[in-house]
Amino acid sequence: MRVIEISCLEVWREISNYIDDDVDGDLHARMEAHLKVCAHCKAVLDGTRNVVKLVADGVEYDLPAGFSKRLYQKIQT
Amino acid sequence: MATGVPRHLPDLCESELIERVCQGDKESFYVLVQPCERAVYAAAMSILNNPADAEEVAQEAVLKALSHLASFRRESKFSTWLIQITINEARLKLRKDRRHLYESVDEPQNGDEGDYIPKDFADWREVPSEALEQTELRDALKRGLESLAPRYREVLILRDVQQMSIEETAQVLGLTNGSVKTRLRRARLQMRDALAPGFDGSWIKGKTEYQKVRPW
Repeated sequence: MRVIEISCLEVWREISNYIDDDVDGDLHARMEAHLKVCAHCKAVLDGTRNVVKLVADGVEYDLPAGFSKRLYQKIQT
Repeated sequence: MATGVPRHLPDLCESELIERVCQGDKESFYVLVQPCERAVYAAAMSILNNPADAEEVAQEAVLKALSHLASFRRESKFSTWLIQITINEARLKLRKDRRHLYESVDEPQNGDEGDYIPKDFADWREVPSEALEQTELRDALKRGLESLAPRYREVLILRDVQQMSIEETAQVLGLTNGSVKTRLRRARLQMRDALAPGFDGSWIKGKTEYQKVRPW
């Protein structure tokens, strides 16, 4: 079965869903076919996937010192 | 123990704790809140981007949850409900402080539906998570997050940092699943562009020289 081609713009629109494995079968196959031959889109995909991982592993919001204690005291008052 | 944080937590399920709180047991409320205090703080930070404001909003949200606990319908997890309250309080504060007037300047003309065109197409080696030990990479992540408009940052933090599902993210932000996905795409692609210059090799541990392959 011949896969219908899609443009780079269409790939970028779905790239985030693709990373989340949230693209349906037909579109998924078209994206895969495009990504095999388009170095730019492959670079965008790999880089974005890497960024998602780095954000998950590297972004932390440390609680300010004494946060829990102050919150506990607020609740008690 | 009048002022310290309780160390020994009763082994009760969420609904039992809620029952206790509704009967006036405030100690049980803290037990309920403690597992999600980081998520509450992160949700407030995702909108306010200021530790003092985020703590103030986190406290307000927790107190609001306490006073409204009887109306919690238990259709979602307590943590999801509490984060939803936190998001609302943070947005109220942002509006009150009128900061949105400055941020609105950065709003895209075509709204959420506009396409984000990646600016950088160079291929790079995968950056391993060990590279996060480098201050430069952590700072670049922080700067990248700060460069996002709050509407994109809040989605990225809830989804990719807090690891909430698309549905939960939509619920706490009061958005459709589709809007969450659109904003998430924008946030991720923008973060990629923000980090791209370093992907030439400077993030790779042990690399002493940074050779640019791009004109900037």
